[in-house]
Amino acid sequence: MNTPNPSMSLTKPEAFDLSTKQRIYVAMGMIGLIILALAAFNVTFPYRPLALTTALVLIALGAILFANDLYLGKMEGIKNDGVMFKSISSRGIWAWISGIAFTSFYILLYFRAEWLGLAKEGAENTGLVALFDPLSKLLNGNPASQWFVYGTLYTLAILVFGYKFLLKYRNNSYQRLRTFSVMFFQLSFAFLIPEFMSRLNSESFSLPYYDLKNIWPLNYYNFEQYRVDDFISAGNAGLALLIFGLLSIFVITPILTYKYGKRWYCSWVCGCGGLAETAGDSFRHLSDKRQFAWKIERWVVHSVVVFVTLMTTAVVYSYLGEDSSTYWLTKSTFLIGVGSLLTIVFALVMIFKREQLAKDAQYGAIGYFVIIMVLIGLHYFNGSDLFLFRAESLRQYYGFLIGAIFSGVIGTGFYPIFGNRVWCRFGCPMAAILGFQQRLFSKFRITTNGGQCISCGNCSTYCEMGIDVRAYAQKGENIVRSSCVGCGICAAVCPRGVLKLENDGLKGRINSNDILLGNDVNLMDLVNEK
Amino acid sequence: MEHIVIIGNGISGVTTARHIRKLSDHKITIISAETEHFFSRTALMYIYMGHMTYTHTKPYEDWFWKKNRIELKKAYVEHIDTDAKSLKFADGDTMTYDKLVVATGSKVNKFGWPGQDLKGVQGLYSKQDVDQLEADAPNNKVCKRAVIVGGGLIGIELAEMLNSRNIPVTFLVRESSFWNGVLAEGESEMLNRHIKNHHIDLRLSTNLKAIKADENGRVKSVIIEETGEELACDLVGLTAGVSPNIEMIKNTGIKTDKGVIVNKYLETNIKDVYALGDCAEQQDPAHNRPPIEAVWYTGRMMGEVLAQTLCGNKMAYNPGHWFNSAKFLDIEYQTYGWVFGKKRRPDYEQHFHWKHDDDTKCITIAYHKESRQFLGINTFGIRMKQVVFDQWLTEKQDVDHVVSHLKKANFDPEFYAHYEKDIQSAFEAVLQRV
Repeated sequence: MNTPNPSMSLTKPEAFDLSTKQRIYVAMGMIGLIILALAAFNVTFPYRPLALTTALVLIALGAILFANDLYLGKMEGIKNDGVMFKSISSRGIWAWISGIAFTSFYILLYFRAEWLGLAKEGAENTGLVALFDPLSKLLNGNPASQWFVYGTLYTLAILVFGYKFLLKYRNNSYQRLRTFSVMFFQLSFAFLIPEFMSRLNSESFSLPYYDLKNIWPLNYYNFEQYRVDDFISAGNAGLALLIFGLLSIFVITPILTYKYGKRWYCSWVCGCGGLAETAGDSFRHLSDKRQFAWKIERWVVHSVVVFVTLMTTAVVYSYLGEDSSTYWLTKSTFLIGVGSLLTIVFALVMIFKREQLAKDAQYGAIGYFVIIMVLIGLHYFNGSDLFLFRAESLRQYYGFLIGAIFSGVIGTGFYPIFGNRVWCRFGCPMAAILGFQQRLFSKFRITTNGGQCISCGNCSTYCEMGIDVRAYAQKGENIVRSSCVGCGICAAVCPRGVLKLENDGLKGRINSNDILLGNDVNLMDLVNEK
Repeated sequence: MEHIVIIGNGISGVTTARHIRKLSDHKITIISAETEHFFSRTALMYIYMGHMTYTHTKPYEDWFWKKNRIELKKAYVEHIDTDAKSLKFADGDTMTYDKLVVATGSKVNKFGWPGQDLKGVQGLYSKQDVDQLEADAPNNKVCKRAVIVGGGLIGIELAEMLNSRNIPVTFLVRESSFWNGVLAEGESEMLNRHIKNHHIDLRLSTNLKAIKADENGRVKSVIIEETGEELACDLVGLTAGVSPNIEMIKNTGIKTDKGVIVNKYLETNIKDVYALGDCAEQQDPAHNRPPIEAVWYTGRMMGEVLAQTLCGNKMAYNPGHWFNSAKFLDIEYQTYGWVFGKKRRPDYEQHFHWKHDDDTKCITIAYHKESRQFLGINTFGIRMKQVVFDQWLTEKQDVDHVVSHLKKANFDPEFYAHYEKDIQSAFEAVLQRV
């Protein structure tokens, strides 16, 4: 594993130590966090709006002033000095401390929200959740929940660390635009708009408000009964959202991914990606670059896709009726529909893209076979049980294992240890589906510049998805990988101008050269013709 | 099964080995005294700057060598017996070969300065050099000032490295402007300003006279030739270029001059002994290229060619159009074709120079005064495509075509500002003046 020098001491090489000013700014942020922690330990503040404002402002201001001091005094350019020496970014003691702190926060959030002060039915919030009540009431008219606390802090993190990122990469227009984009989508579509939308809801009208840009299967609960019922009962607006949900995954994402690669979502829109690119930027080099990790990645992430497809199918199946005269979509129509859709996709890929898939075709066939067998099984066991698991328990397992443990506790809590895209790389079913498409039907690729690569490895080191970019660049080969989120950092850190993210025609997109430009023309022809 | 032994695990030796394996089943052994595994020498600076660890600089994982049946031996070759076809190692061990490839790379130039071998005086070439630098210049308390002697590509890298740890740097450059033996005037002057903007004490037209020691035999100061000024320092970086590392070859029958003499097939005067990369000296080099090319990609290309020869498809080293790249602090540089600095510029070579107002981007296009044929381009702060210039050079396009189609060559990231229109109108303005 590419282990950075693990500095387990509290002091770093002095050359990369914090300045006095920077210490003050860190302290400001810490005080903000301490106010939140005190609230969590049930210290009651006399005037909550003031305490909350102070805490959030201190955190934001600390981070902003710190970033100003770190970057504004220096000329524009790549700012990775000391990354491998600083304790926080090289799996040192501060990395472990913050990793454990984040992880604990996630565990409380998902499993022990009452410890954070979430009220039992009817009672008043206490503790940390209560501290956020004023803001929650201001935005949506209701007391806060643990998810409101989380959403607020999450959005704040994307905004202030987004600001830091903007300064760090102020020489790079691609990075700047991309970061404005994730900051905008998080603040509006993931945070403010859903909060305002919830104001529309009442006893009789309940429109599912949620992260509007989340698309199934990232939003794995989108087609569950209560949501679908809500959608339908909320009239036209709800129906529009339901149709939008279906269009998103079946029409909109394929078109956008075809044109721009999966980056349009993963590093420009997505909230998970947004946090990874901003708050997680300092940890991008910690991703595991070994070929072994790549093998694991492919098995795990595609298994999640199979899991989420089956789970969603089973869940929808479980609440559909059997009588086609009451509602046109019955259990068997639905199963046949899912089976046919998968068969069409599978057949098209095998007919047109078999060569590009090469060895992976077998794995695809296995995945397809498993799903179809289960669908048949569903039909014969008539839905209530799915190989001993009830559909609802299947959903709960998914929610627990994938939704909570994988995406939250490990995916984000362990940023400082495993890197910032563990969830996106190993767990996100949405990323896997978009990635599958990116690999096979997309104009996106990273091109390389002839023979200019010096194999220095900056690209591979700073690839958050653990792609060994250098392995392609030094062969002059385009990088066409399903996991690439198109963050563009490889191209940014390249000292020789070798890499470029591009959307271009499909012909010659996946190339493979053994000999590069700059050589004897005859040798290039001889070796590269296969 | 032939045993091919390669001395040196740099890019040249390793590329040779990899391609021999692709083409044959020969037994391959790579010998190095520097490191156990191949790493990217060009990335050494990033280890000290903390951008990467040593592990990150290795292009292949450690299992790669065994899987591809390339044997690695960490040893120092002391003598080559070309008659017995055997090597003698410093530890007394021996090894026989059927074919020998000498890829021993470079060593740092020292020009006989008094005190050049003191403690705290070093070059920047090997893994050991970076380890030494880490020991001697960990921060600005241990190393209060560093002096760098020699204004080339390694000098500016070392300056950037020390700068990353806030160690004050005095940069002694013999030339009247940074790297103007190679670069055109406008480019070189822009870099002078860029270097100073990074708070590096750049001293042009300044030579080193001597390095003085303290009572422990460690560097204490340097004396400047022109002014006699004594500059206190804790580290001296000697970066006045490199030359072939062939001490060990000199007492064998293999013919050497500055480097190991090779023909275009990379054969030495002794049968079954070949040399390539930094340590090889071409008897008659191809188009404008120097006889010794200490460049990453030429080492790689020679390796690709030599592997063909060693596997029965005899092939000459015949590189295409010259290109190269570097990075000067925050400014990337690429060059395609030939653009000569003032000293080496032929009479027929005319330059068109454009510089952006922000003083971090410029280009220089060289063309033939009479025929207007495009000869080459230097580009700073704007990335350009090798494949496009390679084609234009092959087609012998004229400068007007190149300037008007410059957009085609742009390789900057998406959403970057474009400067082609600016450049074109500047070019037209020049034409009108003539």
